[in-house]
Amino acid sequence: MTREKVRVQAIVNEQPVEFLCEPRQSLLECLRDILGLTGAKEGCNDGNCGACAVIMDGRLVNSCLVLGVEAHGRRITTIEGLARGAELHPIQRAFLEQGAVQCGFCTPGLILATKVLLDRHPDPSEPQIRRWLANHLCRCTGYDKIVRAVRKAAAELREVRA
Amino acid sequence: MSGGTYRVIGTRPIRHDGADKVTGRALFGADVRLPGMVYGYVLRSPYAHARIRRIDTSRAEKHPGVLAVVTAADLPTGPDRLIDLVEGTLPVSYARANVLARDKVLYKGHAVAAVAAVSRHVAEEAARLIEVEYEPLPPVLDVLEAMREDAPRVLEDLRMREFGELTDKAGNIGEHFRHVLGDVEKGFAEADVIVEREFRTVMVHQGYLEPQSATALWNQDGRVYIWTTTQGAFSAREATAWILDLPVSQVRVTPMEVGGAFGGKIRVYLEPVAALLSRKCGRPVQITMPRRDVFEATGPTPGTYIRVKMGARADGRITAAQVWMAYETGAFPSGQCGFGAICILAPYDIPNVLIDGYDVVVNKPSTAPYRAPGATQAAFAAESVVDELAERLGMDPIEFRLKNAAREGSRRADGLKYQRIGCVEVLEAMRNHPHYRAPLEGPNRGRGVAMGYWFNIGWYSSCTISVNPDGTVNLVEGSVDLSGTRTTIAMQAAEVLGLRPEQVHPVVADTDSIGPTAVTGGSRTTYATGWAAWEAANDVIRQMKQRAALLWEVDPEAVCFEHGVFRSGDRSMTFAELAERLEETGGPVIGRGTVNPSSAGGSFAGAIVDVEVDPETGKVTVLRFTSVQDAGTAINPTAVEGQMQGGSAQGIGWALNEEYYWSPEGAMLNSSLLDYREPTALDVPPIETVIVEVPEPEHPFGVRGVGEANIVPPPAAIANAIYRAIGVRLRQLPMKPSAVLEAIWSKES
Repeated sequence: MTREKVRVQAIVNEQPVEFLCEPRQSLLECLRDILGLTGAKEGCNDGNCGACAVIMDGRLVNSCLVLGVEAHGRRITTIEGLARGAELHPIQRAFLEQGAVQCGFCTPGLILATKVLLDRHPDPSEPQIRRWLANHLCRCTGYDKIVRAVRKAAAELREVRA
Repeated sequence: MSGGTYRVIGTRPIRHDGADKVTGRALFGADVRLPGMVYGYVLRSPYAHARIRRIDTSRAEKHPGVLAVVTAADLPTGPDRLIDLVEGTLPVSYARANVLARDKVLYKGHAVAAVAAVSRHVAEEAARLIEVEYEPLPPVLDVLEAMREDAPRVLEDLRMREFGELTDKAGNIGEHFRHVLGDVEKGFAEADVIVEREFRTVMVHQGYLEPQSATALWNQDGRVYIWTTTQGAFSAREATAWILDLPVSQVRVTPMEVGGAFGGKIRVYLEPVAALLSRKCGRPVQITMPRRDVFEATGPTPGTYIRVKMGARADGRITAAQVWMAYETGAFPSGQCGFGAICILAPYDIPNVLIDGYDVVVNKPSTAPYRAPGATQAAFAAESVVDELAERLGMDPIEFRLKNAAREGSRRADGLKYQRIGCVEVLEAMRNHPHYRAPLEGPNRGRGVAMGYWFNIGWYSSCTISVNPDGTVNLVEGSVDLSGTRTTIAMQAAEVLGLRPEQVHPVVADTDSIGPTAVTGGSRTTYATGWAAWEAANDVIRQMKQRAALLWEVDPEAVCFEHGVFRSGDRSMTFAELAERLEETGGPVIGRGTVNPSSAGGSFAGAIVDVEVDPETGKVTVLRFTSVQDAGTAINPTAVEGQMQGGSAQGIGWALNEEYYWSPEGAMLNSSLLDYREPTALDVPPIETVIVEVPEPEHPFGVRGVGEANIVPPPAAIANAIYRAIGVRLRQLPMKPSAVLEAIWSKES
């Protein structure tokens, strides 16, 4: 197997980055092992848990199913890029206030999923929220407080926009 | 102190680790990055049962990028002793055989060798170059088959313990125990109605999202440093040290943030292997399990066969109960049947009881606790029979349970006499809940209820509190925080100290930095470590009263402390004002708390569930779910609700979806998160919660642990609801569509 590395240039959390990766390395590995962004988690490595979700060009992707080389020329947001300076993003704050975090392992993926959902649907119904979040497993919370956090964040973001 | 008006307890503060958890900054096991770190990969058995003839690692060792290869030959053969894991014990010889197989592999996925290399990919490539010659043996996979005399032997040296004594009976039965109360023959003779049924459940997994990961550095001074995904830093230290035949103090374990555990992250799997690899290559080695290994090679929870016979008089009083229960423990004994036996009849005061229990080894992964270990399977059986009895007697299922409910002074099947418990209060809260009285209309819909119990564990915990000159405190504890216990423990200290929760800064320390603390398990953490924090906080107050006395030139006994203010006569000083003057009054103040309660008041939980069954497909939809639990005193209601909702969702998954599928050769066929179906947000309804508070009599704040009992009722409650929806009783888990359809068809034919 060839180990020749490929040069990748991308925008990660608003900053231009450049790195070398093996063709077989996933974007998740590149984020975690090369760029040191360990907020994206590996839960299954086959696209079935959502713990590694990041935003690529405005779309939510499982970074374990994207090759590092596919990130070339793309704009990527990870959980590390959501807060503004010392201020939490309203979604992050809502997750804390509603008790939607227990172990916190699925949380980065869920928060980014919520971001993409609310960017498109500022006022989602509960069934809409549950359907959208069904790509993400959470074993601790039973989802109830997560759904409440999404609704709270949606309300808050609508207020900010209004 | 219980029953008082609290300023902190009962509030819902933002948790102390909150910002780290929502920004991706929290460091979990696989997030550890050390200078020079390399990556390990574990080669595992393709057979469920086989003798290892030969292992040749030479090709792997020569593979470019490989730094070390280890097998069981690298493990010491030190003396045997028992590792106490709170919810179960394990001889170190078995723990050692589980981390790297020596002569025999006992389940598919059993570790046989490991490689350290410059990357995970290279390590995996090299592991595939290891040649292992196996002599396949017939596996035994079913608990009842394994009990037969002619069954293949899983462990050649296993001898049955019977009634507490080691016998010379060889076979697959690790233990046979019996609990007796009264005389069941007499009890059944008094009964007007008798129901006897048998139940089957299959192996399921805790399903935590974070795979196990361990990083080890065997330092050149001989000390071994471990960073790992464990529920208990001290039990991981002990297990790792003993498996490696080292003094415990030579190992330091740093517990990382843990991405879910539920009992499955108490045992060590990777830690000793990573340490051996590190010793060979002189660099830190990190091993993270692929999801497949999490399913195949950690500790899922046992499948069971349970027979329950219960009798009751026409007036609704249960006169006798007889139980025969056998649990598959996987490759090594686990003791979970014993826990199931303690819990199976626990909600009831039954005068005549006979329970026979068997722990049985089979060629499956060595089982581990899963949230109220052993109790959920047991309650599925008993609570289904209780429901049937109530129906036969024409009684409301909650009224029938209330009529027989255990209360203070009742005896549990294992003989324990209950202190103050909340069983009646939980049942009353269920009966009075609007959900129970709400109309449920439409075809194929039904409502079911069930009770559950977990006895909870006390055990040892340590805590220190140091006072900062700005009037806040730092709290160091040994309890790994799985779900917010930093905050529930800090809140108990804050209550004593008259501080706000955010003025207490909790730190979960490594094993060099805090006194021994038993694992986060057994619903013990908010209970026991909270108690240690209460002691440490009181120690701080005692010392600070002396400082105030010194400043005021009065007797320390003349100083009182209330709501954050020290007073003597007309003089007063706030906690913060005095904290600023510690230097001039003798130096720093550090409070210390250590506890070791031998038991803890158990927690009862109940569930009310509405389902709809699709008679065409057999799919069961949960329409509404209410969880009721006795928390003693709810320190942080948000966290208590979170436990109840999480346990309920796991119980729903266990009831309807989750199972290990096996090939006839003993290979798990669904070892991915696609094929092992954990509930998603679409599979569970909003879970309503009712917190009942019957204070635990010993704990300073009346806390009862709430982590576990909530998972126990759902499968039985759902089975009872399905019966009311379509008139068939399911006595096997999971109640998946095909099982429901078969039950409907067999009723029709």
